[in-house]
Amino acid sequence: MATLARLQARSSFLRSQYYFRNRVVDVFRKKEYDAAVKIQSWFRGCQVRAYIRHLHKIAIIIQKWWRGFLGRKMYQLVVKVAYYTMKMNLYNAMAVRIQKVWRGYRIRKYCFNYFYLKEYLRAVSETNEAIRETLEEFAEMQEREEKKANLEREEKKRDYQARKMHYLLSTAQIPGIYNSPFRTEPDPWELQLQKAKPLVHPRPQVKQMYSPSLTDWLACTSAHSFPQSKFLPPITRKKCQGPFRDINEVLEQRYKPLEPTLRVAEPFNHLKLSREELRRKEWVQNVNDKMFLPFSSYHKNEKYIPSMHSSSKYGPDSCGEQHFRSENPKKWICDKDFQTVLPSFDLFSKYGKSYSKAGQII
Amino acid sequence: MSQRQVFNVFEQYQKARVQFVQMVAELANKPQNIEILQNAGVISLLRPLLLDVVPSVQQTAALALGRLANYNEDLAEAIVKDNILPQLVYSMTEQNRFYKKAAAFVFRAVSKHSPQLAQAVVDCGALGILVICLEDFDPGVKEAAAWALGYISRHNAELSQAVVDEGAVPLLVLCIQEPEIALKRVAASVLSDIAKHCPELAHAVVDAGAIPHLAQMIVSPNAKLKCQVLSALSQIAKHCVDLAEMVVEAEIFPVVLTCLKDKDDDVKRNGSILVREIAKHSPELSQLIVNRGGVAAVIDCISSCKGSIRLPGIMMLGYVAAHSENLAMAVIISKGVPQLSICLSEEPEDHIKAATAWSLGQIGRHTSEHAKAVAVTNTLPVLLSLYMAAESSEDLQVKCEKSMKNILQKCTHVPALEPLLHDAPPNILVLPHDSKARRFFVTSGGLKKIQQIKAEPGSLLQEYINKINNCYPEEIVRYYSPGFSDALLQRVDSYQPPTN
Repeated sequence: MATLARLQARSSFLRSQYYFRNRVVDVFRKKEYDAAVKIQSWFRGCQVRAYIRHLHKIAIIIQKWWRGFLGRKMYQLVVKVAYYTMKMNLYNAMAVRIQKVWRGYRIRKYCFNYFYLKEYLRAVSETNEAIRETLEEFAEMQEREEKKANLEREEKKRDYQARKMHYLLSTAQIPGIYNSPFRTEPDPWELQLQKAKPLVHPRPQVKQMYSPSLTDWLACTSAHSFPQSKFLPPITRKKCQGPFRDINEVLEQRYKPLEPTLRVAEPFNHLKLSREELRRKEWVQNVNDKMFLPFSSYHKNEKYIPSMHSSSKYGPDSCGEQHFRSENPKKWICDKDFQTVLPSFDLFSKYGKSYSKAGQII
Repeated sequence: MSQRQVFNVFEQYQKARVQFVQMVAELANKPQNIEILQNAGVISLLRPLLLDVVPSVQQTAALALGRLANYNEDLAEAIVKDNILPQLVYSMTEQNRFYKKAAAFVFRAVSKHSPQLAQAVVDCGALGILVICLEDFDPGVKEAAAWALGYISRHNAELSQAVVDEGAVPLLVLCIQEPEIALKRVAASVLSDIAKHCPELAHAVVDAGAIPHLAQMIVSPNAKLKCQVLSALSQIAKHCVDLAEMVVEAEIFPVVLTCLKDKDDDVKRNGSILVREIAKHSPELSQLIVNRGGVAAVIDCISSCKGSIRLPGIMMLGYVAAHSENLAMAVIISKGVPQLSICLSEEPEDHIKAATAWSLGQIGRHTSEHAKAVAVTNTLPVLLSLYMAAESSEDLQVKCEKSMKNILQKCTHVPALEPLLHDAPPNILVLPHDSKARRFFVTSGGLKKIQQIKAEPGSLLQEYINKINNCYPEEIVRYYSPGFSDALLQRVDSYQPPTN
């Protein structure tokens, strides 16, 4: 309480002191404030700048690392690409080299093979020589043949000439013109004439209005092309002078076909021939070659040949005739027998039984 | 008595008819009578006689008509206009072989003049009956019918097609196999006429199996038959590669070459036509011919004949050489070039010369070796003179120019070129365009030779030399000119080294 009292005692003094002091300070208060702001601003500016600098430094570090990382990555890629390109270039170059050599080799071997070409040309010229020779031979042969044919033709002509001149042959009494007595030896024609046969005089041919030969009718070039028709009366023929019959009648008589009498026309062994004919006809109409003969003795000596089906060693098989299924029921697939769907014919079931009594139906 | 008189009248009438047709047929043989006969109205008189009761009158009337139609086109037209053809067709079915022959002769004579007349023959239905006649027993009838068919099909493709449609080809192929030479010949010529128009018709002939039979007959001794057979084969082969190969497959090859040695000129000509038609299609076929020695045979054939007979052979060499370098070389080593140059100089006709020039161009255009082979036979001056000659035809000039250009572009053989320089305008044209040729020209010393030529200034030759020099740079021209080394030495002498 004392304190309070002391303070209260001092309060007026304090109040004045306070006022006084405040008034003194008031003068400097603005200035001090400004100065403080300045100091603060400077300090804060420094602080923030330092912080920013710090941040920058850190960002640079991060960027440095990051860029380094990216760069290294890119570098690897670039290196890879470069390596790849280099490799490819090398490969291409090598491929070109191989192709070059191979193509050169192939073209030289298969397309422009000089030795082959040379060989080929040599072969061609050889073939040419061979062909020339062969053709030469062929031509020669042809010429020879033609010469031969010509000689033959001439020979024939000479023969014909000799035959025509055969009358010039010398006789025992008179020497012919080719056998002159003033010559040492006879002319070769004489010998030819001796060999030749005299030519007979051709009979004077009856001149025909039409040429009968048609074989040479080609291109309708010959004037006389058509033969006289057989059916026409020969109108060109002149009638003979004198009391003769009409020419047509004579010709008819002359070219009358042969008319044999009945006796001549019929053969003497007519009966035999007709029998033969009949037999032949029958034979044609027969279905079976073996004659059916009713006599039992005719077949007596014939051995009976059983059919293959019945002569089997294992006995005749009744399957398909009497039954259509195995008789052993164990072999059936199902244990039921076949059922008849349709009713059976009465008449058929009596087969073999019904006609027993002399044709009477029971 | 009265009966006899009646008969007499008939007899006289018959006699007169027979005599009339015979006389007309005989008169129609001579050309000078034909106009008189025509003016006398012979066609209208002969027409009723075609329907005569007596077969021989009919035949002779048909024969006379055929001869008249054979003479000229007007008469043939008159026969067509008078409606005689349907009558012939109608009566041909029931008549004998002589009548058939005569009727076929009329058809042939009418259709030979023009396509219109042949069409008229086709329109009146003659083809059917002619084809039936091809089946006749008588070879003469077959021959006449085949001949008529040949004249019809000769004109154009439509008529040939009509003949083929009527089914004539298989029967013709049968006719080829007959023993008669004349029939074979006519049938082969008909096949050739049919096949010549277009590939389809040729195929029709091939499909009927004609080739083996035709190929067999190449060896026959008859020249005319051979001629027709070769012509038929070449007409078949000319259309396309397939047909040519089919012809080759019939193993004609060594045999055809004997035809080139034949005495008969037509056989030779047709043989070389056949070889040519086969060779022109493909390098393989040409190669086949070369391998079989065909080129040598053709060259021999060219050497052994003259004029138009050697033309197909010459063209064949050109075709073969055009296909490839090796084939051209084969032609050269078969001694084809000297033969061709002989042809070029000795043939009088322009078209043969043109073909020869073309063939030489085809041979020489491949490499310098080929060109040299052509050049050493001294053909270039001949070609040049032909090109320059005023009387040469345009075609010949063009061919000469082309083949010279072809050869000169490859030619490096200087001695051969040299004579050309004195009078050659066209070969200069080659140089400026082709740098390779220029280079060859320099390296082979041609330029040097040119500079050595002493020509008076202002002459034509000098002009050409200048033109050539213009194609090269100046230094090179100077280098090659004759005084150059002296001039160089002089310059060395007179040179004053600059004193310090």
